[in-house]
Amino acid sequence: MKDLAAKAADPAVRELLEKARRQGVETVWDRYEAQLPQCGFGELGVCCRNCVQGPCRISPFEDGPQRGICGATADTIVARNLVRAIAAGTAAHSGHARHLAHALHRWAEGKAPDYPVRDEQKLRAVAARLGLQAQGFSVKELASRVASEALAQFSEGEGVLAWLKSTLPPGRLEALGRLGVLPRGIDTAISEVMHRTHLGVDADPVNLLLGGISCALADYAGCHLATDLADILFGTPAPVVSEANLGVLKADHVNIALHGHNPLLSDLVVRAAREMQEEARAAGAAGVNLVGICCTGNEVLMRHGVPPLTHSVSQELPMLTGALDTVVVDYQCVYPSLAGVAECTGTRLITTMGMAKIPGAAHVEFTEEEAAEKAREIVRLAVEAFAARRGRPVHIPPHKSRVVAGFSVEAVVAALSRLDAADPLKPLLDNIAAGNIQGVCLFAGCNNVKVPQDENFLVMARELAARDVLCLATGCGAGAYARHGYLTPEATLEYAGPGLKAVLTAIGEANGLGGPLPLVLHLGSCVDNSRAVDLAVAVASRLGVDTAQLPVVASAPEFKTEKAVAIGTWAVALGFPVHLGLVPPVLGSAAVTEVLTAKAREILGGYFMVETDPVKAAEKIYAAIGERRRALGLATRPW
Amino acid sequence: MPREILIDFARCTGCLSCRLACAVAHTQAKSLFDAVLAGEKPRARIFVHQLGQQKAPINCRHCTDAPCLDACMAGAMYRKEDGTVTNEGGEQRCVGCWMCVMVCPYGAITSDAAGTVALKCDRNCRDESGTPACVRACPTGALVYTEVEDYSAHRRHGALGKILAGGAGAP
Repeated sequence: MKDLAAKAADPAVRELLEKARRQGVETVWDRYEAQLPQCGFGELGVCCRNCVQGPCRISPFEDGPQRGICGATADTIVARNLVRAIAAGTAAHSGHARHLAHALHRWAEGKAPDYPVRDEQKLRAVAARLGLQAQGFSVKELASRVASEALAQFSEGEGVLAWLKSTLPPGRLEALGRLGVLPRGIDTAISEVMHRTHLGVDADPVNLLLGGISCALADYAGCHLATDLADILFGTPAPVVSEANLGVLKADHVNIALHGHNPLLSDLVVRAAREMQEEARAAGAAGVNLVGICCTGNEVLMRHGVPPLTHSVSQELPMLTGALDTVVVDYQCVYPSLAGVAECTGTRLITTMGMAKIPGAAHVEFTEEEAAEKAREIVRLAVEAFAARRGRPVHIPPHKSRVVAGFSVEAVVAALSRLDAADPLKPLLDNIAAGNIQGVCLFAGCNNVKVPQDENFLVMARELAARDVLCLATGCGAGAYARHGYLTPEATLEYAGPGLKAVLTAIGEANGLGGPLPLVLHLGSCVDNSRAVDLAVAVASRLGVDTAQLPVVASAPEFKTEKAVAIGTWAVALGFPVHLGLVPPVLGSAAVTEVLTAKAREILGGYFMVETDPVKAAEKIYAAIGERRRALGLATRPW
Repeated sequence: MPREILIDFARCTGCLSCRLACAVAHTQAKSLFDAVLAGEKPRARIFVHQLGQQKAPINCRHCTDAPCLDACMAGAMYRKEDGTVTNEGGEQRCVGCWMCVMVCPYGAITSDAAGTVALKCDRNCRDESGTPACVRACPTGALVYTEVEDYSAHRRHGALGKILAGGAGAP
């Protein structure tokens, strides 16, 4: 049991890991062991595979090669590798956004009937923010204009990207403009990073990092686009009550897990499943039970209350319950190993995106034109899988927690307006000024097999909440808090400091909840980190200060993906201190490390802090919050 | 004096280059690309482990008083003129009884892919200069092929440098 504790904090995950071990099913933890020791050059970021004279690696010691074959130093190579990771992350987030923009555009053209605007208010709000004339236009006409505006963000344009210009404070845009890091298009920024990291282009590590920051700002635009468009197409989230963890599986139901990132298909599967309960009953099931994994799970939790099953590194395990009939995936963070586990357990694994297939999986090609029919086809395949499963034993770990999620900015402002309808942000600002809320920490990012799953998230939220730091969460971080019961009023009563508890209780009671808001506010999926920015920008604008002055910190305590690298970088560019719970592959260059952790602070206000110990990390975050409070003339408290 | 493969543990980055080179040296093709294209599945005879943050290689020490030699019932394990201890190319054939695996204090002896004979460093990988493949491949100098006397002198220099840098009164 001790060694299981080193792998995961979640008892449901531990239970199925034990089962995987008994049954000889290989998991991410086994493959990690098999990869040890991992290459030190890769860990330091000093290996370069960008040309076929290589691969080259720079010796971290003095008597080995200090330059690659082309002459690139460790500084150049580390910077190039880092900015390429940012470009990949940007491509992923913005690819997700682009798919949504296409769907909205196709609907407006009358070619994708399954994608009507479901939130006209959000459509009009986004149009107004972009400065588009909305009056006199039908929903379809306005949708067409917003979708065109969205698609125009990708190619090279004139001036500042509309999604940056309309969401960031003017002072911040000016500062970024002076640095020359405002991207001219999302695809342009990605492609420029690929160009400048090609053999023999940019060798200056600082210039490379500035290119990376520019690309990261394009990633922010992509994330924000994805959030806005998903809200327009599927509805802006509002508080919703659900449950999380493996105990939400139901033995007598057709269990379908929605895994990946984009609500594009998963939202329609939710609608299809509601209509097809009768088909499930005809096959002998009590109904269809949808569950979520990773950020697709967050999207359908926020909008439909679909219970999250598990997240990130534990994604292989739910199939071992024997109760999961189908796993439907779109893209990003979907381990190809799922196919092997599915073969062992008889689960049907279905890929849906033409650009994201997995050997061994069934493929149902998603199209915008026939999206609802494809969703029904998927549910039908799941019903068939249920019929094949009947009679086989299941083992569903009994663990589940209640969850209150759905905190879009709109929902937060609505909740605050019950305290002050004329000036909803005022109660929040007053409480920050009075010290009842010391500051805000946004927990984002993934799980990483190198950290006992969820452990860093849990320890840090407890440490910070006890000291009256308001905790927000997105992505698999939010998932961790969901499975461990931290998205509940009970957690607030148990873990929040007296000031935070009083504020969350006042808001909760003003909204008729009869108790506090949850300890951690679930803002959504990883693209929904944009929601946290909107909140911070609103607060900064209301106070008349720059985002870099706010007592707001972001933390990715268990990150792993290139997307997380992109998000972390734009958070720094927007002026926030960003904590990383794992050492990124940059230590091979002292110069790059120095820029990321110190020099960035001078030019951007934001900077990276690396700390692998969660208690020490919380202490450092608290210190960063305190430093900003002091600069604003607000009282601070010792750790 | 014969040269030995000696290890500077602090320098290992765990890149596994030594394992790759050892494996390639024991293929028919003798090159990484050709061996991969031919579908050869060589096994490395040097090992790299990670203990906490420390990465460390270990390989056969070709001991002067080698327990594997004494334990080999088949008489397959023998010492060559150059000091190399091996179970390949001798008068008797290895029968896969694994006595050598059990007595090796370093765990440096393993099995072939089929599980039929013991597999160990045979130094049949040396180039014109007589340097083993793993040492050639090591990019950090963690593996050193040198005479023991030279290596220990190098260690003494390092140790004395540290002691004297600490000031005259340093222990």
